[in-house]
Amino acid sequence: MMDKPELLATAASLEELERLMAAGADAFVIGEAKYGMRLAGEFDIGMIAEAVKLAKPKGVRIYAAMNNLMGNEILESLSGYIAALSEAGVDAIVFGDPAVLMAARVHAPGMALHWNAEMTSTNYVTANYWGRRGATRYVLARELNMEQVAETTSNTELEVQVQVHGMTNIYHSKRSLVGSYMDHQEEPDRLPNLDKERGLYVMEAERKDERYPIFEDKNGTHMMSSDDICMIENLHELLEAGVYSLKIEGIMKSVAYNETVIRAYRQAIDAYIADPAGYEFQDEWLEAIQAVQDPNRELSYGFFFKEQVY
Amino acid sequence: MTIAEKKTQRFQGKRHRLDRPELLAPAGNLEKLKFAVHYGADAVYIGGQKYGLRSNADNFSFEEMKEGVEFAARYGAKVFVATNIYAHNEDIDGLEEYLRKLEEVGIAAIIAADPAIIETAQRVAPKLEVHLSTQQSTLNWQAVQFWKDEGLPRVVLARETSFQEIAEIKKHVDIEIEAFIHGAMCSSFSGRCVLSNHFTDRDSNRGGCCQSCRWKYDLFVDDMPLYSEDEDKFTMGSKDLCMIEYLPELIEVGVDSFKIEGRMKSIHYVATVVNVYRQAIDAYFADPEQFELKQEWVEEINKAANRPLNTGFFLDTPGAEDHIYEAEEKAAPYDFAGVVLEYDDQTGFAVVQQRNHFKLGQEVEFVGPKGTFFKQTVSEMTDRDGAALEAARHPLQQIRIRTLKPVHPMDMMRKKTGGK
Repeated sequence: MMDKPELLATAASLEELERLMAAGADAFVIGEAKYGMRLAGEFDIGMIAEAVKLAKPKGVRIYAAMNNLMGNEILESLSGYIAALSEAGVDAIVFGDPAVLMAARVHAPGMALHWNAEMTSTNYVTANYWGRRGATRYVLARELNMEQVAETTSNTELEVQVQVHGMTNIYHSKRSLVGSYMDHQEEPDRLPNLDKERGLYVMEAERKDERYPIFEDKNGTHMMSSDDICMIENLHELLEAGVYSLKIEGIMKSVAYNETVIRAYRQAIDAYIADPAGYEFQDEWLEAIQAVQDPNRELSYGFFFKEQVY
Repeated sequence: MTIAEKKTQRFQGKRHRLDRPELLAPAGNLEKLKFAVHYGADAVYIGGQKYGLRSNADNFSFEEMKEGVEFAARYGAKVFVATNIYAHNEDIDGLEEYLRKLEEVGIAAIIAADPAIIETAQRVAPKLEVHLSTQQSTLNWQAVQFWKDEGLPRVVLARETSFQEIAEIKKHVDIEIEAFIHGAMCSSFSGRCVLSNHFTDRDSNRGGCCQSCRWKYDLFVDDMPLYSEDEDKFTMGSKDLCMIEYLPELIEVGVDSFKIEGRMKSIHYVATVVNVYRQAIDAYFADPEQFELKQEWVEEINKAANRPLNTGFFLDTPGAEDHIYEAEEKAAPYDFAGVVLEYDDQTGFAVVQQRNHFKLGQEVEFVGPKGTFFKQTVSEMTDRDGAALEAARHPLQQIRIRTLKPVHPMDMMRKKTGGK
């Protein structure tokens, strides 16, 4: 009997968290931009505690995002923040910087730790390396294919998390690149707000159909994929491969959109669990997602079925 | 020796501060390695056939590495190998053998980012030092402490660290710190960019980067363009780093290794840049109190520069003036014309191997290690057999030229760009 896989969501607010719980999410990654990377919304420690209170009775888990690229200035606050997260009752801390691992060992011993360095988590030897140093989960890079995902799950004892839906980050700079461009245009005041709600995107001359969202926050400039991963048709392949956590990335999406997506994946996962051998994909799951999908953003298989060269 | 023993041996009571900072240069092939070392690099870093981030560079075979190590040893210099990819599962096979082979041919250190490679090297090739690559984007002292505890003697910091942050790191952790001081820069956090994967199906973290950050983009807000037809387009492309004017600050903050970027760059570039930093470092240590930046160093650097220069994140976060919005022009006003193979004291003639077209009457410069430099006009020129020549047209052709002053093998001859 396999462990029941997890449907992992993000939330931009407590309200969204409640609605996505109702739609069938098993767990959430939340946090604040001071510690976490590219979050759907801001949850301060009080809101995280509130989220835990809403989630616990329903058996839903809350993971706190602390996977920023961190400078010296943040170190002093790590221990207090980790202790507060532990106090709030979060189920895991998501980290990418060894500084968080070191602080968590001291201030939250026994806390589950998810290694998530995004594009640099690319093989099972590295998964096991972080596992021996305390990580309980390995979050795979989105740039891997199905075979690489399957090979990783069969070569590690750690839980493996894979993003199955939504946009991904494709470029992250500490520089203020949109702001610098506006300065270069001598229009520094034209865009006072460069955040992810602003609707900024870039286009490349030879790819006129692709819109790459771009935004700035306190962690720098982020460029996002022009398409949304959608693996609902091939979900069973990931489950057969032993992937434990299936993430729906809800950043820069409406609550209604995320609700529809979570519902669709919930149905697919439940159908698979109920009868893995007799499982059949239902077109209506995908159609529900297609009905709410932004026509300017293609649903894609990400890198799952791609051949990359170098 | 176990990893634990090795760690103890390496760290017990030993201050990890080199006597003077190491000048670390890139070498894309064996010839570049020889020039980098000859012009004053204390160490060079190269790429092998696998596991490096420059899959387009011509990269070293083990045989060439061995020759490079032997050549460098004659100057007391070391050779490092960049094994700085983020490995995928299929890269794991063969890794142990590759690392053992590096150790066997006398490589002093690998530069690695992926713990899979770091750990494997420590296990199978304990004589290889492991230096943490900038691809790990290490920005804080606690993370540096972590890697020290893991047995790494050196960390190459993220290119986003400022002077102040480096000082803070050095204050907290006794470890060698390597920092990029010159060359092209990722405008993203290193390793945190998969533009090439998305645009061209090439894996940037395994050497497939196609420099998409330097492409031009149309920027829109709510479907409205943020540029007009005649305006520069949006781009992420950065100016190149150049810290020659801040050498005393780099030394005083305690950077142990000064790293020059550019395994894909020419011999002329590498030799010229190394030559300048070598002179500047030596001048500083000869007399720190009286040290002054020489204008000729800055001029020399500019003769090799490919792009406009800046100071990266050392002083402040880069702004509009640190990016290249205009069409990129070749900034370097000089070309490599030839390399000296021999010099005959009796006749005053040098044998120069042609690297770019030059002709009679053309003004050229001769440059050698330690800042030897003079200009002259090409007045007398013959082929190897003494037949008079009007122009040196053939690549690698050996040409006899009368030189104004004595020159030495491996001195370089350069000319103004476009001067035919």
